[in-house]
Amino acid sequence: MAHYNLSAPLSENDVRQLKVLDTATVNGTIFGIRDATQIRMFDHQQDPPVDLRGAICLHTAPSLRKIGNRWEKICIGTTTSSRMERFTPELIEKYGVRAIVGKAGLLEGSLEVMKKLGACYLAIVGGAAALETTQIEEVEEVYWEDLHPEAIYRFRVKDFGPLIVAMDSHGNHLYFNVKKQAIERLPGIYKRMGID
Amino acid sequence: MAGLDYHLLEDVAKELYIKALKNLPPDVKAALRKAYERETKDTAREIFRTILKNIEVAEEQNLLICQDTGLPIYMVTIGSKFPVDGARVAKALKQGAQRATLEHPFRGSSTHPLTRINPQTSVGDGLPVIHWEFDENAGYLDVLMVPKGSGSENMSDMKMLYPAHGIKGLKKFILDRVIESGSNPCPPCIIGVGIGGTADLVSVLAKKAIVRPVGSKNPDPQLAQIEEELLDAINETGIGPMGLGGDTTALAVHIQSAYTHITQNPVAVNTQCWPARRARAKIYSDGNVQYGF
Repeated sequence: MAHYNLSAPLSENDVRQLKVLDTATVNGTIFGIRDATQIRMFDHQQDPPVDLRGAICLHTAPSLRKIGNRWEKICIGTTTSSRMERFTPELIEKYGVRAIVGKAGLLEGSLEVMKKLGACYLAIVGGAAALETTQIEEVEEVYWEDLHPEAIYRFRVKDFGPLIVAMDSHGNHLYFNVKKQAIERLPGIYKRMGID
Repeated sequence: MAGLDYHLLEDVAKELYIKALKNLPPDVKAALRKAYERETKDTAREIFRTILKNIEVAEEQNLLICQDTGLPIYMVTIGSKFPVDGARVAKALKQGAQRATLEHPFRGSSTHPLTRINPQTSVGDGLPVIHWEFDENAGYLDVLMVPKGSGSENMSDMKMLYPAHGIKGLKKFILDRVIESGSNPCPPCIIGVGIGGTADLVSVLAKKAIVRPVGSKNPDPQLAQIEEELLDAINETGIGPMGLGGDTTALAVHIQSAYTHITQNPVAVNTQCWPARRARAKIYSDGNVQYGF
C-alpha cells in the first residue's frame, strides 16, 4: 500500500503504477460530471466543450451560488457512481479520461476498459462533503451551464482526498473482493444464527 | 394557556433542517469514534479518520456534512397538555423546510416522480413526510427532523414474509439486504428494522428505528437480543466503512415492532448512512424552545 500525489493530465504510466488499496491525493484540476452531463455526451452525442484527455473526473452535483461571473461554492460532495456505469467505458475510450473519483464503485464494463486502456477508479469517503468542499479551492469554469447542477465543472483542488484506489488498471476490483469475501462468510454466519 | 405560535414553529422547522445538516447527534459521533478505535484494517482506519475530520470541519466552519440534503421528514409528537391545530402544524413544517432550502441556501432534491422536475424547494405534493404521534402526558410539541439522503434510502426494502418463514426468515432477509447494499448506503450504517404491522406500518416502523439513539436497546428483551445478534452478524461480513473492507459495517441495528395479522410476517429495512442526521426541538406553551437530538 503506497501513497501517490496525482496531478492531471495523467499518463498511462501514472495510472498503471496504482494498485488496489493504494491511496492518493490530488492537486490541480478535477472535472465534475454527473448523469445529465453524460446523457448529453453519449445519448445526445455532443462532444464536451473541454479536453478530457488524462483527466480526473469526479461524480458530483455541486451546490453553488453564482455571483456575477463567479461561482461560489456552498457544498460539493460525491454521489454514487454505479448509476453512471453505462457511460463510463465510452468516457474512457472516446475522451481519454484516466481516473474517476466517486463512491460505491463501477462495474465490470468499466473495469475491463480500465484494464485495456489504463484508467482507474478512486474511492472518496462518501458523505464527507464538508471536507471535500474545503479541499476545492475554486470553481474555475462551468461548461454546459444549462445543465447545472449537472454541468461540467473545472475545479482547482488542493490536497484533495484521501482517495483509495478501488479499481485499478490490472483488473482488480476492491468492492467485488470485499463482497465476495462477505458472501463466502455467509454460510458460517447463517449456521450460527440457525438459518437454514 | 397560550396556543402554539405557528410562525415560531415555521422558524423552528427551518432551523431544525439546517441544524440537522451541520451537527451530528452525540450518540452517532461517539459510535463512529468507538468504531475507529477498534478498527484493525488500515484502509478502514483512514476512512474513519476522514469521517471524524469531516464532522469536525462541518462544525467548525459551519458547513453541510453531506451534499445530499435529502428529503425532509418531520416526526411530530403532540402532547395532550398543549393541544395544537394539526393542519396548521403541517403547513408550518412545509414552509419551514422550503425556507431552509431557499434561505440557507442548499440544493433541494424533491422531484416530480414522472416529469422529474425539481422545484429546488425540498418540498412538493406529499412532502415533507410527516409522522404524527401523541403523548397524553406531554405539555409541549416535540418535533424531530430527519433529512434522509438517497444513497441510504435507495437501499431500503420490505417484504411480506409468511408466518412459516418465522424469525429465521426475518433475520435472513435483513442480513441479505445489508450484504446486497454493500458500499451504496455509505456504511457504517444504522440498520432500521420494522417487524409486524401491515405493509405500510412496517415501513414506518423501520424508519422510526433509524432515529433511535445509537446504543439504545429495544425494551423487549427478545428483540434486544435479535438486535445484538444481527449487529454481530452484519459486522462479521467484513464489508466495512464505505464497503471497502473493515470491522464495522453497521453502528447499530434497531428494531421496532407491532402486532400483525395471523397470516402475515412483514419485515422492512431502512438503512441510514454514517451521517445519521437528526435534530429535535421541544416547543413549550410559553414559547420556550429547547433544541436537542
